Amino acid sequence: MPGSPRSRTAPAGLVVALQRLGVILSVLWAAATIAFVAIKAIPGDPVAILTGGENVVDAAERAALVARYGLDQPLAVQYARYVAHALAGDFGQSYQYRLPVITVIAEAAGPTLQLAGAAMVLALGLGLASALVSAGRRGWLRGVLSGLELVVLSTPVYWFGLLLIVLFSFTLGWFPIIGGDGIPALVLPAVALSLPLAALLAQVLRDGLEEALAQPFALTIRMRGVGEAALRLRHALRHAALAASTLAGTLFAGVLGGSILTETVFGRSGIGQITIQAIRTRDMPLLLGLVMLSALASVLINLSLDALYRRIDPRLRRAAP
Amino acid sequence: MTDMLAIIDRLRPDRGSPAPWHRPGLLVPLVPVLLLAVATAAPGLFTGLAPDAIDTDAILAPPGPAHGFGTDQLGRDVFARVVHGTSLSLTIGLGATLVACAGGVLLGLAAALAPPVVRAILVRLIDVFLAFPEILLALLVIVALGRGPANTLLAVGLSSIAGYARLVRSQVLQVVRSGYVEHAVALGEPRRTIILRHVIPNATRPLVVVATIGLGHAVLTASALSFIGLGVVPPVAEWGALLADGRNYLDTAPWISVLPATVVAVSVIAITILGRGLQDLLAGSDGS
Repeated sequence: MPGSPRSRTAPAGLVVALQRLGVILSVLWAAATIAFVAIKAIPGDPVAILTGGENVVDAAERAALVARYGLDQPLAVQYARYVAHALAGDFGQSYQYRLPVITVIAEAAGPTLQLAGAAMVLALGLGLASALVSAGRRGWLRGVLSGLELVVLSTPVYWFGLLLIVLFSFTLGWFPIIGGDGIPALVLPAVALSLPLAALLAQVLRDGLEEALAQPFALTIRMRGVGEAALRLRHALRHAALAASTLAGTLFAGVLGGSILTETVFGRSGIGQITIQAIRTRDMPLLLGLVMLSALASVLINLSLDALYRRIDPRLRRAAP
Repeated sequence: MTDMLAIIDRLRPDRGSPAPWHRPGLLVPLVPVLLLAVATAAPGLFTGLAPDAIDTDAILAPPGPAHGFGTDQLGRDVFARVVHGTSLSLTIGLGATLVACAGGVLLGLAAALAPPVVRAILVRLIDVFLAFPEILLALLVIVALGRGPANTLLAVGLSSIAGYARLVRSQVLQVVRSGYVEHAVALGEPRRTIILRHVIPNATRPLVVVATIGLGHAVLTASALSFIGLGVVPPVAEWGALLADGRNYLDTAPWISVLPATVVAVSVIAITILGRGLQDLLAGSDGS
């Protein structure tokens, strides 16, 4: 290690914190800009969208609406105002719901978080089980599992969704068909959403596990008479977890993107549904809010991952940042 | 796409025999891929029925001898619609992959070789785009351009540029540090020649495999957009639009959605496995 890490820790920590804040802000700013440009590129009259049709309002009412949403300002002013407000968490009013964007998003977030949480837990369980059972083994089980993962990974989410609905809702009648709430309505969507994530996790975890099990430390531990299960769970898994957690950002994107599809297939309400609604009705403030939300979530996840690495891998804690 | 790239980044390919004839596993996915090619070139070989021919005597008929995949709510033959939809769905997938590759190569090269300030901005830009789920980016493009086959192609292609760009950038950085580039520099070859003759060919080689897997992914994303109702609009026979059509008849006529969806799934799986096989094959012949 060059330099003396211990004496520099405190100021370096501050610098790192400021750097990370800079990263967050720059990503959010870029996201706001991209969304703003995309949305201003849309053809169509925002007043017509607001009122639900061309020419349904008279000139006075139109002017009032334009002034209220700031549409009469030059583009640069609209942009500056938008970015400043957006960074403060204020995205304005949704055209369609006539409510603050934050409120609309907060209301839709509940069902989506439930779905995403359930799917992540399922995916972790399935992925871990598949990887732990089959890592480093030569035989039919590994072949079958990794083949299955490959198939699941390239299968459309909606295919699982449609099959699950036809099989369990219509044919067997075990679960509610469309929409609904509570645990029973959550089961099928969560399963459909979790399968591709589980497959991805399993593949990366198995790879990490096999790499760890081939290391000299695995031999040392085996020589101490530690059982195979304990070796995998207590020692190898920690190494594999590091590899798998680099994927967490991807997994999050998978959950969010997948929830748009899953919610459509199962007719659930949530972030995916309001995203599609916002696009159909060209509800720009809502769409901008959603884009910023997804950027913020992904940045926060990546930052917390950095912290997680340090917990999993003590070598990173000792090294100077 | 990003998840696919992540896998390719992380997984070391199996060290298999380099000869394709020793790998029957590669031949299995070839069969559906060939079938797709035939369905694209000559859909008439698979079905004599037109995709929009309406048979009023057979509305919502279940799969049977007359209609292999059954018929939909207007009495159109589902199998004929799937077969005739193949060329559009694959064209969108291929076009999107080409757009993504071309954009990815340009952006990746620039992000590796441009002057430092530009480079830093481009790298950050790639990061920002990678922070969004691809389908959200594709939807934003659809918002700006509108629906339809060409816009779906562009939306899917543009939304996956960042993933390719990151891969190309990392490849370029590797190639630039290699011995043969150093050699070319020492020989005094001009920068342009070095980039065109050495850097680009070597840095884009892994794209063959990634693009094969990416093609399957592009077909998926495009069909997903149509399924949501924001890609190709229904009367046109396209895979995703077919599924969306049948969603309202899931209880009485599940075949309208489930059978086309199965065709999409099998096609994408075959393309992906072929890509993986290709990866192992190339890794084997490299001796790496």
